Order: sequence, then C-alpha cells, then structure tokens
Amino acid sequence: MERRSSAMLNSALFGGIAILYLPIAVLIAYSFNASPLVNVWGGFSTEWYGQLLHNRQLLEAALLSLEVAVAASSGAVLLGTLAATALVRFARFPGRLLLTGMVNAPLVMPEIITGITQLLLFVSMVQLIGWPHRGFTTIVIAHVTFCTAYVTITVQSRLAAADRSLEEAAMDLGASPARAFIDITLPIIAPAIISSWLLCFTLSLDDLVISSFVAGPGASTLPMVIYSKVKLGVSPDINALASLIVCAVGVCIVSAGYLMARGDRRRALETQLAARQ
Amino acid sequence: MKSTWRPGRWLIILPPLLFLALFFLIPFAFAFKISFAETAPRVPPFTDVLSFGADHHLHLAASLGNYRYLISDEVYGVAYLYSLRTAFFSTLICLALGYPMAYAIARAPKSSQGLLLLIIMLPFWTSFLLRVYALEGIIRDNGFLNTALLHLGLISQPLHIMRTSLAVYLGIIYSYLPFMVLPLFATLEKLDPTLLEAAADLGSTPRRAFVDITLPLSVPGVIAGSMLVFIPAVGEFVIPSLLGGPNNLMIGRVLWDEFFGNHDWPVASAVAIAFLLLLVGPIAIYQYYNVRQLEA
Repeated sequence: MERRSSAMLNSALFGGIAILYLPIAVLIAYSFNASPLVNVWGGFSTEWYGQLLHNRQLLEAALLSLEVAVAASSGAVLLGTLAATALVRFARFPGRLLLTGMVNAPLVMPEIITGITQLLLFVSMVQLIGWPHRGFTTIVIAHVTFCTAYVTITVQSRLAAADRSLEEAAMDLGASPARAFIDITLPIIAPAIISSWLLCFTLSLDDLVISSFVAGPGASTLPMVIYSKVKLGVSPDINALASLIVCAVGVCIVSAGYLMARGDRRRALETQLAARQ
Repeated sequence: MKSTWRPGRWLIILPPLLFLALFFLIPFAFAFKISFAETAPRVPPFTDVLSFGADHHLHLAASLGNYRYLISDEVYGVAYLYSLRTAFFSTLICLALGYPMAYAIARAPKSSQGLLLLIIMLPFWTSFLLRVYALEGIIRDNGFLNTALLHLGLISQPLHIMRTSLAVYLGIIYSYLPFMVLPLFATLEKLDPTLLEAAADLGSTPRRAFVDITLPLSVPGVIAGSMLVFIPAVGEFVIPSLLGGPNNLMIGRVLWDEFFGNHDWPVASAVAIAFLLLLVGPIAIYQYYNVRQLEA
C-alpha cells in the first residue's frame, strides 16, 4: 500500500512536470526548423535566429524592455527591502496593516485591474501636475509597484530567519543601528536581495497587460510586440525569439535559486560551527 | 537603544508605504471616480466628475449611466459568470493535479526537494505570454498533439481544441499549476510526521490517516493555492484572447476591448470596479490565511 501510493505520487509529480515542460521543449525544437511551415520539419537551421537581428522593431522593443527591467527591479529591490525591514523589525507602527495589505494584494490582483487603475492615475496626475507622461517612466513605476511585493516577501522571510543577536552584539560594541544593519544584516540578506532582483527582472521583462495600459501610444515593450505578432498565429521567428527569452529567464531563475540555496547552506554551516564552539 | 531607532524608523517605513499608497491604492479611487464620468471627445477621453466652476464652487457631475449600462447589456453579466465558472473549475482541476505533486515533493528526500521546487518554479517565472504561445503550438489543429495522435492512429481527424472553452481551460491549468503547488508544498512540508506515526501506531490505515490528519492540516495551503489560481484566473486576458474563440468572453477580455477597442474609458472603469467588488471576498480570504501562515 505504502509503496504503491508512493509510486502513484511520483508518477503524478513527474507527469505534472512533463506537462509543464513539454510545450516549451516543442517550441525550442521547432525554433531550429528550416521550414517556414510551422508543422513540417524541414531540417535543422538557425536561420530564424539570424533574422531576429535584422528586425529593428523587435530590437528597439527589446532594448526598451531591458532598460525598464533594470530600472524597475532596482527600484523594487530598494523599496521592497525597506518594506521587509519595516515589517520584520518594527512590530507596531501606524500603517503596518496597510503596508502588509499593499504588499500582498498585487500578488493576486488581476493585472488588468492594476493596469487600468494605474493608467487612470497617471492620466489624472498629468492633468493636475503635468507629470508623469506616459512612456518609460510610467512603465517603470507600474513595474516597481508589483515587483516590490515579490521583493518584500522574499527578503522578509530571510530577514525573519536572520539572527538578531549578531546585530545587537555590534551595537553593544558601539556601532550605530544603521551601521550594524549595513555591516551585519545586509550581508546575511544579500542573497535574498540579489535573487529577488533577478526575479523582478524576469517579471518586468515578461509583463504584457500592465505595460499595455500604462505605456501610451509611443512606447512598445518586447511582450507588446510579441503579443501583436502572436495574435496572428504561430510563426518560426517568434519561436526563435521565445526560445532565447526562455533560456535567458531560465538562467536568471536558476542563478537566483542557486544563490538562495547556497545562502541557506552557508548559514546552516555557520550555525553548526557556532554551536560546536 | 529603542529611541535611537525612532527617527530613522520613518525613513524605512515611509518610502514603501507612500509609494505603494500612491501608485497602488490611490489609483482605485481614480478608477472609482472615472467610472461615474462620461466619454468625451478630448484628451483624456472622459468628462470631469469633479470640477471648479466659474463661481469657484466644486461641481459634481456624476452619472450612474455606466453602471446602468453594465446591468442592461447582458454581455457583461454573461462574461462575469463565464469568468467565474471557468476560474472555479480550473482551480478545482489545478488542485486535483497539484495536491499529489506537492505531496510527492514534501515526501521526497530533503536533498532533492530544492531541485524539484526549482523545476516547478522555473515555468512559474518563465514568460507567461510565451508559455501560452507554446501551448498553442501543442494544441493547434496541426500542432504537436494532433500530429502525434494522428501518427499513432488514435484519431483519424485532428481534434479542434483551439478557440474553444477546452483551450481556455487547458491554458489556465497549464499556466497556473505552479501557483497551486508552491503554497501546498509549504503547508505539507511543515506537517509533523510524528502525527502520522502516532495514527499508524493507533491502528489507522495510511488512507485513514491521510483523510483525518494530512488533509485537514493542509487546508491553509489548499485555500492559499486556490486563491492564487482563482483570483488571477477570473481576470485572465492573455489566455482567452490567444487560445479562446469569440464565444469565450472572459471579463478581462471584455475590459480590454472596451478600453482599447471602443476607447470607452469610463465604461472600462465601471467594469473594473464592478469586477473588483466581486473579488473583495476572495482577496480578503487570501490575505487572512496569508497573515495567519506568516505568523505560524
């Protein structure tokens, strides 16, 4: 009974994983298809990858998306680390419940609602104070908003697990609270900060719905261009582009996961050593 | 020592608090206001709800017309119901598929758990749009699935999946499955194995122990995972737009068309506000269990 249920569980797990990966695997395979017909295999070719380099519209959109992603994830890491510090370190302050709610709500809020409400805010702000005009700035602000939620949650759990007594020891030895935080706690939570930067980078690079609302008529991010192409059906150059993005994102996520795991291992080791002494 | 923190405290609290209040919370107030406006041929394309007149008095020109329109035109009611139904059944199927997966990871040796989680996480972070596009490559009439089934002789005609409700279901289940597995794993991992041993010692069968102990204790994970799937799925736009047909009108798609197709911002705002009211309950449930889990 025990063994049979184990086998069933494992086949459910590996079946599920196969379902998650099969479409991506097929997509990558067909990106090397020489035939322009998407359903006929015409031999191996990297032609579609070469064509991407000559598509100005795609390249410009990709550049904009990369700039947005770098700006948004840096902003979100800053705000999210502050929010996590506030939530973990200050048990009580006015607005704590509000901050908790605003950090968690973007995770489940349908993007279409966030997108339209933020656009209406930006448009109304332009009427009132003449800023911010739709384009790079509004996309970055919108992305920082939802990315901050992810950073806060990642850093929060790491910060809550960090040993507070090290920081207290530093302060007993005369360090200011800010100094102690920067010298002691920041290195401990650094892996969480770096990995959440990478996660935000991929989230920002991927966002279609919110960007479409707040970008305005002038700016097009990469997902917006891809969406307008994909609407017309499956095409081999989009297969190639998609494979490149999937691989880039994969590298980001695997390094984020590796950083977090290494941080965990190192911390476990240090705790063991400390306990032995 | 505490007092030295005080002045610096607000430097830490205020930036995220003000930023999120301004750019996440206050926008809802603007959407609420504009849902009472009317379309106007100007930039931005709607009338002022609040304005200062020549007499320096504040004028309120609110119209309930958009909400009346939502009720009278049955497209909106149909889309709301279709979205709720689709999200509900997709959530159930995700739960049925995700629970055994999460359970298997929770029971796997600790050394391989990290890798398994990463394998589940990877598609969760990979471009949503591209995953939906990749799925299209599988379920198209001349896609991978039909080619394989025809080749094996299991079917003689390609299955028409694209542009049907089935395609929308497959898209949502495929895209949101990791959202279900992760919170379930988080709860199942914390489950104390000695409880199950105690049950076994007292003569309980594994199945009985699962029903009496594991299942009730995993309720917070079930609820968190279900909400993480259900709430975004109700508002899904990309999946019905790329995989669904003209009949698969989900509310996110209606809102998008109202906004980008008809350029009717006030009606789009009213759709968003009405939609948000529907989601207040599920979001409150999610927040409640989330806070409880963080405190545990």
